[in-house]
Amino acid sequence: MNQPSQRAPRGAGRRRALVAGTALVTAAGLLSACGGDGKPTLHWYVNPDGVDTFETYAKECSTDDYDISVELLPSGATDQRVQLARRLAAEDSSTDLMNLDPVFVAEFANAEWLAEIPGDLATEITNSADGEGDYLAGAADTVIWEDKAFAIPLWANTQVLWYRKSLADAAGLDMTQPVTWEQVIQAAADNNGSVGVQANKYEAYMVLINALVQGAGGDIVSDTEAGRDTKVDIDSEAGREAAAIIKMLADSQAAQSDLSVSNEGTSLGRMFLKDANAPQGAGEFMLNWTFVYKFYQGQIDAPDGITQELFDDLGYARYPATVEGEASKPPIGGIDIGVGAYSANPEFAMEAAQCITSTQAQVDLALNNGLMPSTNSAYDEVAASGDFPEDLIELYRTSVDEGGPRPKSAFYALISSAIQARWHSPTSVDPGSTPKDSADYLQDVLEGKALL
Amino acid sequence: MTTLTAPAPTGNKPVISDRSRAENRLGQKLIAPAIVLMLLVTAFPMLRAIYLSVFDYSLTAPDDREFVGLSNYLTALTDPLFWQTTGITVLYMVVTVAVELVIGFIFAMVMHRVIFARGVIRTSILIPYGIVTVVSGFAWQFAFTSTNGFVNGWLPGISADFNWFGETNSAVIAIMVSEIWKTTPFMSLLLLAGLAQISEDMLEAAQVDGATWWQRLWKVIIPNMRAAIMVAVLFRALDAYRIFDNIFVMTNGAQKTESISFLTYRQTIEQFQLGMGSALSVLLFLSVLLVAFLIVRLFRVDLAAARQEG
Repeated sequence: MNQPSQRAPRGAGRRRALVAGTALVTAAGLLSACGGDGKPTLHWYVNPDGVDTFETYAKECSTDDYDISVELLPSGATDQRVQLARRLAAEDSSTDLMNLDPVFVAEFANAEWLAEIPGDLATEITNSADGEGDYLAGAADTVIWEDKAFAIPLWANTQVLWYRKSLADAAGLDMTQPVTWEQVIQAAADNNGSVGVQANKYEAYMVLINALVQGAGGDIVSDTEAGRDTKVDIDSEAGREAAAIIKMLADSQAAQSDLSVSNEGTSLGRMFLKDANAPQGAGEFMLNWTFVYKFYQGQIDAPDGITQELFDDLGYARYPATVEGEASKPPIGGIDIGVGAYSANPEFAMEAAQCITSTQAQVDLALNNGLMPSTNSAYDEVAASGDFPEDLIELYRTSVDEGGPRPKSAFYALISSAIQARWHSPTSVDPGSTPKDSADYLQDVLEGKALL
Repeated sequence: MTTLTAPAPTGNKPVISDRSRAENRLGQKLIAPAIVLMLLVTAFPMLRAIYLSVFDYSLTAPDDREFVGLSNYLTALTDPLFWQTTGITVLYMVVTVAVELVIGFIFAMVMHRVIFARGVIRTSILIPYGIVTVVSGFAWQFAFTSTNGFVNGWLPGISADFNWFGETNSAVIAIMVSEIWKTTPFMSLLLLAGLAQISEDMLEAAQVDGATWWQRLWKVIIPNMRAAIMVAVLFRALDAYRIFDNIFVMTNGAQKTESISFLTYRQTIEQFQLGMGSALSVLLFLSVLLVAFLIVRLFRVDLAAARQEG
């Protein structure tokens, strides 16, 4: 219930108009926000991607019983997590709905900050994680903690291999078959191309390491429900395979010059270079999230943009395999909707959460904002819309369905920071020592014997 | 030439009369409510931090909370990261306070002696102190960036694309510059108060005796300001030891620019490790006490004399 308080300016006429205006606004505010007798407002904390669609759904999902208002979180994932955690740790009754990065769900659920998803929907989600439901398995898995669902997947993100078809052709790489990291790095190095990844010291580097380790059939940690007694597994054959690939890339001609500070945006410009004969001018193989397609599409005929012809040269394939013959585990991201455990109106919030994550909402997010759905039914509709190539939609869908989530743990922040601390910079990664070093350090951090 | 100092107030301990004793007692009763309130506000969080610091307590795993005795302290004190951040914090403190003392003294002299446009000059010297630290951090961050800052353009011998935040030394310098710019006015205010206490008679006497300006500064002004200088150094050192905002804004702790406050913040707020975070804040508190003790002892600061209570 916001009552606009304004100081009346000098001048009687203006003052009268303003008083009338203020009264009107206040009255309207009272009517809409309170319905006369205290109609509650649910606060929905959203991350700043696709906010216009969130605003639309906040309106659409408001009912006679409650209104939904959208509150913006900071743009950085760490800041989002800290802000939500501070509210929830203080048992804030106005934190009703929130957009959660998948890796926050386990942390928050273990702290008992999230309301459990009840009934059929929970069954649907848990079944989906086993591959028998409408939700894509990789997305459903992110919201499950100790066999219960604590959030509802809204949209699911994944990484695919984006590349220049001409570059792959020059290297003689058959992209219809699964390719390995080694092939990709070699192909780029031998043909004046480069390989774009995210290897700055931040969460996306953890995403890369996790995907490499899982692709080799291993895990960074296991038995994460044991909290501090989590088993550290990165000092393994899989860990060494992952380190070997990072080292191979860092030592290769295909490494981009800003490798150690690279993020999702830094390599976008390396795909279509003006001068094909410049160093790494033939374009790149880039591991990046689903937003890339809409991004380059938006560049067609834009100032300093690309031509339709170049855009047609953009290819996409499944995340490369760490080990030949073993299926890759593409990274999973996205946003899940959680309901605050201390919400003053838990039933309304749960109802609103289901409305916000409806199939239609997911389809709208995909078509308006390029944020891909988390359910098969929404994927079918997006595929039918013709906005994206059908093979790309299928690629996204299988990537999320067969993807490898990051560890789910109440101590995820510690795990991620410890791994980043020892694996950064990528140029210093050594398969002989890095996996062991990081395992020892992570063990110490988990046991409270080392500072981060 | 001998050092001229104002005669210290002397006298035997006065005999306390019944009346003044009664007044004292009344005074104690009158301030009691304020003391109780102060204790509630300041002592409770401190005791709570000490209590939390002996637990292994993560906000995201409240059920796993466990009493661990002094092991958090042991971990912190044996961890190289703790000592590295302590070292960098001491560096911040020593350099910024030293530079601020010199510049602050010059500013204080200017403010004290200026005869024209007194208001304007005093105000402009004090403006940085009125600016929020976060804002000044952002302003200096922009000034130092290689893409749109002015520092690289103005400094000779620095290439236009030099990245100040790309390595420890230059990032620390940038943070220090921001800190010095922001807090020098505070230093000069405290020193101005000290300058104002020096009697003109002594200065005139020294002048009549043939002391040069330099001799008057070193033999009359500074010795008589010692108490004020030491209070200024003490206040600023304790402040500087807890430096946080500039680092948070300018580097977010990257490139090993992290101070001990920042390390504490990360453990508590970002990693949710309340036990370890509390242990670190207790250690921070103890080290601030140590710094205060050292300065008071080393320079024999008499706080009562500084307040002219004699």
